Amino acid sequence: MIKEKYYISDYCAIRDKKVFKNGDELYIDSESDNLKDFAKGVYKFLELKYPKFHKMDELCKLGFLASEVLFRDREKIDQDTALVLSNRSSSLDTDRKHQTSIMDREDFYPSPAVFVYTLPNIIMGEISIRNKMKSENAFFVTESFDADFMSKYSEILMNTGKASDVICGWVDLDNDKYDVFLAFLSKKGKKELTKEELNNLYNQ
Amino acid sequence: MAELTEELKEKLIEQLSLEDVEVSEIGDDDPLFGDGLGLDSIDALELIVLLEKDYGIKLKDPKEGKAIFESVGVMADYISKHRTK
Repeated sequence: MIKEKYYISDYCAIRDKKVFKNGDELYIDSESDNLKDFAKGVYKFLELKYPKFHKMDELCKLGFLASEVLFRDREKIDQDTALVLSNRSSSLDTDRKHQTSIMDREDFYPSPAVFVYTLPNIIMGEISIRNKMKSENAFFVTESFDADFMSKYSEILMNTGKASDVICGWVDLDNDKYDVFLAFLSKKGKKELTKEELNNLYNQ
Repeated sequence: MAELTEELKEKLIEQLSLEDVEVSEIGDDDPLFGDGLGLDSIDALELIVLLEKDYGIKLKDPKEGKAIFESVGVMADYISKHRTK
């Protein structure tokens, strides 16, 4: 049996107040001094009109913005595009805010808008709703970006017909420190999908 | 009452992250859900928390919110009659 080849057709990274697409610098922010303002700047730069963005937590905003960059210039996203994401800190950043809001037993008011984001896989829900995707998705918590696992898992999804394409990557945030990398995997593209290539692009 | 409606509009924008909305753009009688401000079910829960936290009003039945959260004007009227703080 001939093994099907898959490719990395687009990739995006958000790091250190910069946004990159396919290795090129797309947006730099030298003014904002916090993630919230940086994310708002990217939102404006991308000329998005999606008020729900403002209600997302910061982790979700990062994943959402990366997906918007990744999908930019694409006419249509296949409904069967799977999402396979990972990070190290899960939703810890928002979990802390939630914990703070429920610490005082005399003044106990957990905010629904905060605790709805106390799961990292909400990112995938937001991306799916935005793009009308009805696909397989999984969020893994690992010590670091595992290109071997990500590429194998994605290949299995496409080989078994569970997904036409896959968006895989790393969306991590903890205390305003963030690292985001998404890759669009499909049957078309110039860079062949291998763990080495995926790792190289992540480390660019 | 006018002071309370202005206060409510500011709280709505702040707590519901309505970043693109100005206080002056929210009419007293504008519907908050549906075609109005476009609030969703999570926002409704936030409004229930806001009533209790800021005005000491605890809704016994969350379904009551449907009528109370019709507009800022209706909310202000309800708060002025039932507030405990």
